[in-house]
Amino acid sequence: MTKTYRPKDLSEALDIKASTNAVPLAGGTDLMVRAKRWSGLAPAFQSDVMFIGHLEELRRIADDNDYLTIGAGCTLTEVFENPITPDILKQAISNMASPAIRNIATIGGNICNASPAGDTLPPLYALGAEIIVQSKSGERKIPIEQFIVGPGETILQSDEIVGEIIVPLDKFDKTFYRKIGTRKATALAKISFVGLARISGDIVENIRIAFGAVAPTVVRDEKIEDKIRGKKIAEIFDIANEIAQEYSLQIRPIDDQRSTAQYRKEVSLRLLKYFWESVVV
Amino acid sequence: MSQIKFTLNGKSVAIDSNPLRRLLDVLREDFKNTGVKEGCGEGECGACAVLLNGKLVNSCIVPVGAIDGSEIVTIEGFRKTERFKIISDAFAEAGAVQCGFCTPGMIMATEAILSQNPSPTRDEIADGLSGNLCRCTGMNMIIEAVELASKNGGGK
Ligand SMILES: Cc1cc2nc3c(=O)[nH]c(=O)nc-3n(C[C@H](O)[C@H](O)[C@H](O)COP(=O)(O)OP(=O)(O)OC[C@H]3O[C@@H](n4cnc5c(N)ncnc54)[C@H](O)[C@@H]3O)c2cc1C
Ligand code: FES
Ligand code: FES
Repeated sequence: MTKTYRPKDLSEALDIKASTNAVPLAGGTDLMVRAKRWSGLAPAFQSDVMFIGHLEELRRIADDNDYLTIGAGCTLTEVFENPITPDILKQAISNMASPAIRNIATIGGNICNASPAGDTLPPLYALGAEIIVQSKSGERKIPIEQFIVGPGETILQSDEIVGEIIVPLDKFDKTFYRKIGTRKATALAKISFVGLARISGDIVENIRIAFGAVAPTVVRDEKIEDKIRGKKIAEIFDIANEIAQEYSLQIRPIDDQRSTAQYRKEVSLRLLKYFWESVVV
Repeated sequence: MSQIKFTLNGKSVAIDSNPLRRLLDVLREDFKNTGVKEGCGEGECGACAVLLNGKLVNSCIVPVGAIDGSEIVTIEGFRKTERFKIISDAFAEAGAVQCGFCTPGMIMATEAILSQNPSPTRDEIADGLSGNLCRCTGMNMIIEAVELASKNGGGK
């Protein structure tokens, strides 16, 4: 039978992680569905399981002026209700699943699950979030785009867990979030788009763009953003086609049961256009 | 893991059981709280909804080992409260119950909405009920039932 652990604190959890193959279970909303069997039967796990959802050390939210630190074990509801959580992340969360899921699903679980359709990911990429990974031998800090390497794949080692997520609190005065799904509640994204901009006069001082569910991992390209940053809004219209073309090369969606590649690509580029023409301006 | 202890409808309980069993199965089989229903078994329909430390959760995807030390309220416990009476009368009056399978989950979701926000807007009600599916009524009557319960003081 599968062995289960319920560590009393983070340090015991890291000991268990170092000495067993136990998979961490936070909210369990991904793991329990994956392990599901007939009703009445306990779900079947391939490895031992360690409960971590109750660990206080993973449930803190703190900020100094420049950064928000979110414990990996905070539920989506807790992140949403926190007054300093950036608006773009709140918008993404409010479009996820349903209240009952958001009440137990954790932000750490959404990141570690690394689904191309994971809804916290495009805002976290756009905000430049960093992941604090912990093990018995210490901790390391990894930008989210290096932490997630493919669908369902992260660079987490077998003795590590995610402790916290650090979100820089840069100011943006234009924010645009759109999730395209079959219906609002409990539907995974076919496409999601995040656009953030800070405009001063007619200059684009800062810009962030991220696309979700249209490639193996979230698409964010700092080189393209660099081309836009510092330009006058009017100048962006001149290069809008070129920029769309560059993103288009990176938008490599698949056909699946939720949508087709062609639909995803076309709508992604239209969302980008809408962001320029109706939000930034 | 050893024994799992929690509070069920105000009473302390303890079980020796596989911690990975679904809270849904433990509630129905070990404690005979059969008002907790299984629809989809995947977190999508809300028939199995209960309150965990006052928050709505779907018991079909919660392993019982994760709730050690927590408070669980099922429809069996909630029906002994004043608020239940107001909500259930509102459901009856609005015609929000047909086959009744979704109703326990809907009532728990209603309680979760009204306990946080005594006078929710229609949109807030729709969001609060968005994880609960009803195959019979078409949802409008259920939204009206929540509005009615709110008007009749169900939120206070
Ligand atoms: C009905 C339903 C609707 C859903 N809708 C959405 C949706 O709209 N958008 C969306 O993005 N997702 C959705 N999901 C998926 C899921 O709810 C989210 O991915 C959620 O955030 C996962 O968090 P969790 O705590 O439940 O993860 P768990 O199932 O506990 O864990 C998920 C994975 O992360 C690992 N893990 C968790 N925490 C840590 C940690 N601290 N360190 C290391 N590894 C860790 C686990 O080992 C596991 O591999 C839905 C799920 C259901 C059942
Ligand atoms: S049975 Fe639990 S949500 Fe459907
Ligand atoms: S009354 Fe039949 S499912 Fe809702």
